[in-house]
Amino acid sequence: MSELVNRTLKDHIASLSAGEYSSGELTEAYLAHIEAKEPDVGAYISVLPDTALAMAAAADQKRAAGEPLPPLAGVPAGIKDNICTKGIRTTCASKMLGTYVPPYNAHVVERLEANGYVLLGKLNMDEFAMGSTTENSAFQVTHNPVSLDRVPGGSSGGSAAAVAAREAPYTLGSDTGGSIRQPAAFCGVVGMKPTYGTVSRYGLVAFASSLDQIGPITQTVEDNAIVLNAISGHDKRDATSLVWEKTDLTADIGKGVRGLKIGMPKEFFTEGISGDVKTAVENAAKIYEKLGAEIIEVSMPSIPHALAAYYIISSAEASSNLARFDGVRYGYRAENFADITDLYLKSRSEGFGKEVKRRIMLGTFALSSGYYDAYYKKAQQVRSLVADDFDKAFAACDCLLSPVAPTTAYKLGEKSADPLEMYMGDAYSVPVNIAGVPALSMPCGVAPDGLPVGMQLIGKAFSEPLLYRVGAAFEQTRKGV
Amino acid sequence: MIKDYEMVIGLEVHMELATETKIFCSCPTTFGAAPNTHVCPVCMGLPGTLPVLNGKVVEYAIKAGLATNCKIANFSKEDRKNYFYPDLPKAYQISQYDLPLCEHGWVDIETGDGAKRIGITRIHIEEDAGKLVHDDEHGTMIDCNRCGVPLIEIVSEPDMRSAEEAEAYLRKLRATILYTGVSDCKMNEGSMRCDVNLSIRKKGAKEFGTRTEMKNINSFKFVVKAIEYEYKRQVEAVEKGETIVQETRRFDPDSGKTFTMRTKEDANDYRYFPDPDLPPIVTADETIAAYGRDIPELPDVRKARYIKEYGLSAHDGEQITADRAMADWFETVAGRTKFPKLAANMLLSELLRLTDSEEFVCPISAEKMAALCDLNGRDVINSSTAKKLLVRLWNDDVDPAAVVEAEQLAQINDAALLESEIRNAVAANPKSVADYKKGKKAAAKAIVGQVMKVTGGRANPVKLGELTEKILAEE
Repeated sequence: MSELVNRTLKDHIASLSAGEYSSGELTEAYLAHIEAKEPDVGAYISVLPDTALAMAAAADQKRAAGEPLPPLAGVPAGIKDNICTKGIRTTCASKMLGTYVPPYNAHVVERLEANGYVLLGKLNMDEFAMGSTTENSAFQVTHNPVSLDRVPGGSSGGSAAAVAAREAPYTLGSDTGGSIRQPAAFCGVVGMKPTYGTVSRYGLVAFASSLDQIGPITQTVEDNAIVLNAISGHDKRDATSLVWEKTDLTADIGKGVRGLKIGMPKEFFTEGISGDVKTAVENAAKIYEKLGAEIIEVSMPSIPHALAAYYIISSAEASSNLARFDGVRYGYRAENFADITDLYLKSRSEGFGKEVKRRIMLGTFALSSGYYDAYYKKAQQVRSLVADDFDKAFAACDCLLSPVAPTTAYKLGEKSADPLEMYMGDAYSVPVNIAGVPALSMPCGVAPDGLPVGMQLIGKAFSEPLLYRVGAAFEQTRKGV
Repeated sequence: MIKDYEMVIGLEVHMELATETKIFCSCPTTFGAAPNTHVCPVCMGLPGTLPVLNGKVVEYAIKAGLATNCKIANFSKEDRKNYFYPDLPKAYQISQYDLPLCEHGWVDIETGDGAKRIGITRIHIEEDAGKLVHDDEHGTMIDCNRCGVPLIEIVSEPDMRSAEEAEAYLRKLRATILYTGVSDCKMNEGSMRCDVNLSIRKKGAKEFGTRTEMKNINSFKFVVKAIEYEYKRQVEAVEKGETIVQETRRFDPDSGKTFTMRTKEDANDYRYFPDPDLPPIVTADETIAAYGRDIPELPDVRKARYIKEYGLSAHDGEQITADRAMADWFETVAGRTKFPKLAANMLLSELLRLTDSEEFVCPISAEKMAALCDLNGRDVINSSTAKKLLVRLWNDDVDPAAVVEAEQLAQINDAALLESEIRNAVAANPKSVADYKKGKKAAAKAIVGQVMKVTGGRANPVKLGELTEKILAEE
């Protein structure tokens, strides 16, 4: 039944409900496929066959009993390893949390459990979600399933690779500065960074609290909307969770783009963008024009400053968020220490990887007395300017079209030596987090070397239904390509 | 030397708010539970957890601010104070930095030097840390029950110039907050703690000296001792030509001395920044006004009323209103007797001696206390009998009038009877009489004492005094 794993989430929902196959059979198919692919891909930190089969059996039992089932019932999924799963090791791909088992479920996990989902395993990532290649994992390298010598992107590299390798019909990732969208683009799958505050962060191990957002990675646009339908919603345990009138996010799919204005911000097509990416995104614009949308150029002058602001804000928040990993109560503790200061120093020096330490130091510096105004405060001012630019842009158009990243997936090890060059790769994705708006990343073409190119559709807050509609219209034109 | 200097004192007072649940989670705040039983993933700071502000904390802090004449902020926020310590699970404390809930308040104090207004710089909310328990067998253990217990920090202006003023300020602050009910201010349970900032300067100087801070002092007595010691230490140091170092010092209650804990050089850079997990605290004027309507009549207002309505002295009024329960009880008594001043006297000089409890608890009902005051006020019994009856009432729920009748405790006002007893005493104490005649007027007291003894303390003391003088003069 290996062809089962090639099906979309939507197909599985229909087939399970029609009784074409059971959740148990489907789960076994995925587990077998995972076993076959993992030596090459390395997407999962933990694969959980027993848990998955037990959850599948429970879903099958309910179905057999004729209970009304929610859409995701019995469908397997993978979850990024920075989202807490009760009783199941949640490592953040860090030596620091190598043996950490949370005593509670994240809000999104509760939602999925209420949907009767099946958990296949926990997915690899850059340590504490810091990175763009998943090479910063303390445990393993994840390979891009499209081209195994290339990075899958990051930090949700495991989540994107698993979907691309058909090791899960959908996965959850987290996106602080592009961590869902960029790996989705690199692996040729669909990823959504939802409006900040629409998916609860409760149980997501924080990297940068004001930017982090959980979102789905799927094969198709509609699958993505189905998953986001299940995981979004107000949560009183997250004070930044919004209250809004939730609608069916799939509702506008199929309505086409005729009459819509799609803006192309010129600041997203500046030097540093590869020709292949530029061509593919411009081709997508042409297709939208053919479909009846109007393409206009917009300017967002503060965008070039967003990257610097992002690295200051995210590192500052991270330096505080990661301070709790001190070797005292849980997680990694150094073996030999002289006193409490030595315990902190050694546990944190040994427990964190290089990139995490770099960001902690950067953030600590940015918040230090005497530097706060020049860095953190200034960055917050840039943040409002970026948000203003988005507001102005959305006054002129319905949504924005841009590349997700300046390049396609690069070779493993190619950029890991130069953090600054790596940071530059986030230039198109971080403005979205800075402004808190939603953005959909999806494949828009293939470069001559066969690597997928991703495009990004950015909308105003709560415009996910529109983004799915616009994304699905494009996806439709590529069926059978 | 020492009199050439004056001390400048500012106090930082932490009070635990009396909310049922913690500041950012729904764990109970009750004191004294077994270690780590009032905890959850949120207050333990486990990865992925988030704080959600308890609305009661804001309400209580605003009430504390209103009771101390502060301006309440419509827009406030919470900040992270970052530092590593094993009792702080997140390695940051959620507190308030530049936009506290309350600012620019004051309380009025009364000392031997008269009335004085002490400024309050700010009141902000924050979470408490856990407790480290040291034990020879297991080493250091962490009890997280206190983690996330809501606190307010009340920061005074450097307005106090003596230990007496500092104590008066603390007592007034405690009394005021107790009235609002937002904290139980139990110093022995740590729900009220005090940091003392102290510097010295030459009298008349405008500039402040370098200050030292003494942290976490948990009784009024220790605050006074710490101030006295630290003042003397600083004066002696300056006189010797030394410079005072800005530092945090620990007060050791056993020796009464203060010791260096850490100097400014080792001071943390707390790297305060707005907590991104918590939205700003926005409070409308109407909400603040509604909280204000919940605040009862405060000690100063009551004190003024007691002086006016019951003729109490400022001192007695201050003392009685310092404790809301005591003032409530007094007021019920005062409403039922024609002699409220007697009630105040007996309360402050006798009743308070019967208990060493920090809280005012009185088993005597207001009705019986009023009856006792009336008996004394109407000269049915004298004050010494009244005191004895007070002790009886404390221990047994008896009817004072019935006891007076049954045990014949009524005051002897009969002049003939008193005169006869005085003459007996004069006859039995020739030495006292001789002394009196030599001009030792105090010798009359021996006669009075003798008569009191014989009458079981029931003689009307005023009449007895007059008659004794008269009879001795005749001798």
